[in-house]
Amino acid sequence: MLWNIPYIAVVALIVLGLYACMFKSNLVKIIIGTSLLEAGANLFLITLGYRKGGIAPIFTNAPSTESMVLPVPQALVLTSIVIGLAVTALLLSIVVMIYRHYGTIDAKKVRRLRG
Amino acid sequence: MSAIESLRLHSPALIIAIPLLTAFIIPLLSKIIGPKARNGFVVAVLTGVLALVLLLAHDVITGGTRTYVLGGSTPLLTLPSGYQVPVRIMFVIDAMGVFMGIMCGVIALVAAIYSCMETYEGLYKFYTLLLLVTTGIFGLVFTGDLFNLFVFFEILSIASCGLVAFKIDSPMSMEGGFKYMVISDIGGLSLLVMIGLLYGQYDALNIGMLANRMDYGMIDIIALGLIVTALLMKSGSVPMHMWTPDAYGETPSSVTIMIVGASLSSLYALFRICFTLYGGFIGINVAGWIIVILALISILVGVTMAIPQTDFKRLIGYAAVAEIGFILLGLGAGLASLSGNSVDAYGIKAMEGSIFHIFNDALDIGLLFFVAAVVSYATGQRNLNNLCGLGRKMKYTTFLFIIGLAAVAGLPPMNGFASKFLIYESVFHLNPILAIIGILGSIMMLAIFVKAFSGAFLGPPVPELETYKKVPRSMLFAMSIVVAIIVFFGLFPDLIVDNLAHPAAQALVNHSEYISHAIRIGGV
Amino acid sequence: MTPMSKIVVLVTNLLCGFILVFGFYVIVHGHLTPGGGFQGGAVVASACALVVIAYGDKRVKERLSYDAFSAIEASGLIAFVGLGFFGLGATFFYNFLAVERISSLRWLFGAKALIGPNPGDINTGGVIPLLNLAVGTEVLGALSIVLLLMLMTYTPKRGEAEIEESTAGRRAQETGEKHETGGN
Repeated sequence: MLWNIPYIAVVALIVLGLYACMFKSNLVKIIIGTSLLEAGANLFLITLGYRKGGIAPIFTNAPSTESMVLPVPQALVLTSIVIGLAVTALLLSIVVMIYRHYGTIDAKKVRRLRG
Repeated sequence: MSAIESLRLHSPALIIAIPLLTAFIIPLLSKIIGPKARNGFVVAVLTGVLALVLLLAHDVITGGTRTYVLGGSTPLLTLPSGYQVPVRIMFVIDAMGVFMGIMCGVIALVAAIYSCMETYEGLYKFYTLLLLVTTGIFGLVFTGDLFNLFVFFEILSIASCGLVAFKIDSPMSMEGGFKYMVISDIGGLSLLVMIGLLYGQYDALNIGMLANRMDYGMIDIIALGLIVTALLMKSGSVPMHMWTPDAYGETPSSVTIMIVGASLSSLYALFRICFTLYGGFIGINVAGWIIVILALISILVGVTMAIPQTDFKRLIGYAAVAEIGFILLGLGAGLASLSGNSVDAYGIKAMEGSIFHIFNDALDIGLLFFVAAVVSYATGQRNLNNLCGLGRKMKYTTFLFIIGLAAVAGLPPMNGFASKFLIYESVFHLNPILAIIGILGSIMMLAIFVKAFSGAFLGPPVPELETYKKVPRSMLFAMSIVVAIIVFFGLFPDLIVDNLAHPAAQALVNHSEYISHAIRIGGV
Repeated sequence: MTPMSKIVVLVTNLLCGFILVFGFYVIVHGHLTPGGGFQGGAVVASACALVVIAYGDKRVKERLSYDAFSAIEASGLIAFVGLGFFGLGATFFYNFLAVERISSLRWLFGAKALIGPNPGDINTGGVIPLLNLAVGTEVLGALSIVLLLMLMTYTPKRGEAEIEESTAGRRAQETGEKHETGGN
């Protein structure tokens, strides 16, 4: 059961992220929700690579060649973190411009596109 | 080897690398040379890329599926020497991939020619984003690796969101861009979780390798559900269609055709995953029927919500939702009749029709958005209630709108008729009601656009709209290229269906050939 | 934003050099130790953030310009894609420096890497450390531009009157609304 705690954390992060994206009306809280979703997805990928008793997959000054964890998911997660950073930066700059135009960042009031 | 030979050998990598390099050179270049030279440079680069894509298409359709390994000693070395597993990142290009590649090359060139006369400040950023969207679409359709699909999918959504929110003076563009980016991000993260689920089980990211190793357990079915939801969300079908009129209506109209292309590329990803990865799955017919039902709802909701619209661009945006419904109808019909490595006769026809309709949809909806942009440029109005009697002075624009109207509603001799007729004919065998609803959808689409046409172009001229700006020649030139392609496809549909759409449908259905090309033993 | 006190400015002056050196260490040793292009570039961009916070936007606007960082970013991107083109003799992105054919370029990351635990040799890796440098340059330029554009002050336009007009017909409790928008 102890080994399943990272997976439970993944599910908790994804559920919290989806809840924040769908049910919150402050635009910045929606962006926090996407950050949580992305953290959950990245944690899921890294946890898949764990092998029992493994050390970090780096050859420089490594203590031994006994089992190492898989390095491929770590490379995938690096790419994903960069993509998440770019998305968050873009969303935040759009929110800055929305505040400049509308004067508020409540999603219920930013609603000139209707119908 | 000669220059043409090495171009043919390296063309998959060059098609993606040249727009990427140009996108990064443009900011530095626009400080040195003037705006006209920069526009000409971009158009020249995109023409060269289109020529390379046509060369690659000729190779693939006559020679079979091609692979290109990034970083190997030769481009065909899928298995590195001494290994049994393809570990490198590779591009696997089959007939469906080059079909989408041709579409992307054509629409990128048309969008670049059209936007030669746009007058935004910071226009070089506009071209950078346009070229990044082009790179994203090319990378998405050529890749043979699932994580590479995710990376290019995210490049595509970030660059197209940058284009949607380009006009920073307009508050509604910001709102549309925000909605589009949140939806695309959630779709991308679902794709990432699905990649994690498949990688954790089979330890492979290559699409061919995964399809070889897959046994369809419970987790794989969950992964299929996740990915179908994410890609339907990104392509704008019901029930996640709320962002479509906002995003399509607020983009600068010269690049709406690229945003439409982005949505259609996510449909390509759906085709690829449903047919190649899950082709041997017993329950894929159920997934096909679910997609068919969602397609019917999309067609009905799209045309119904478009009727009360008064804004010209939002009306066309809702019509785009209905068109996505037609493509999904063909896809679902193909999936519902898939068994093993083949489909029934009408299943292949349905897939050909929907693949052909992808290209036609991009052209038709793009042409309608171009006309809406010309109207709004010339008169400054977007509201259909305020436009009247434009047909007297803007003759070319009226003629182009009539052709766009006929194409999107499926009237002969336009290309919309050819592809929609294929779809109706083949889904009729599946269930007659599907064809009836499809024809109803087309009739209502005709009604909507005749309403828009008679409201804006017919009638007596209104005194407020007497003074209007002359339409620049580059816009008319770009639109006439699109019209020429539409009429050509409509008059000779056999040429396109036999040479392009049929090999594409065959390549999708015959997934064991794809797998054998991706993991071939030996290479050279 | 207003500049901070003298203590913060003094510590920034001392620490900036160390942050820059550490950032470039992480970039250059990307093929041996954890790190690489993006991570090192983000560390260097945090030095830019520290400078903006400590000195305030007036003095930073005089010294750091967007154009310089934009040029740095563009050159990093062009170097990255250009390095891929050099391997086109075999394929795109081929590691042309790690193959021991070009013996005249062995000083440029051409030595053979050892498999298994070893004290790392920086001379290995082929074209990968060069790609790390290109990515690091690009990331420090891009993140510095994002930080400079977001941290500088601006005045929001008055949009509240329009919002109240459009919501007046729908909401029952208008006074509650006015308090909310005033508080935002």
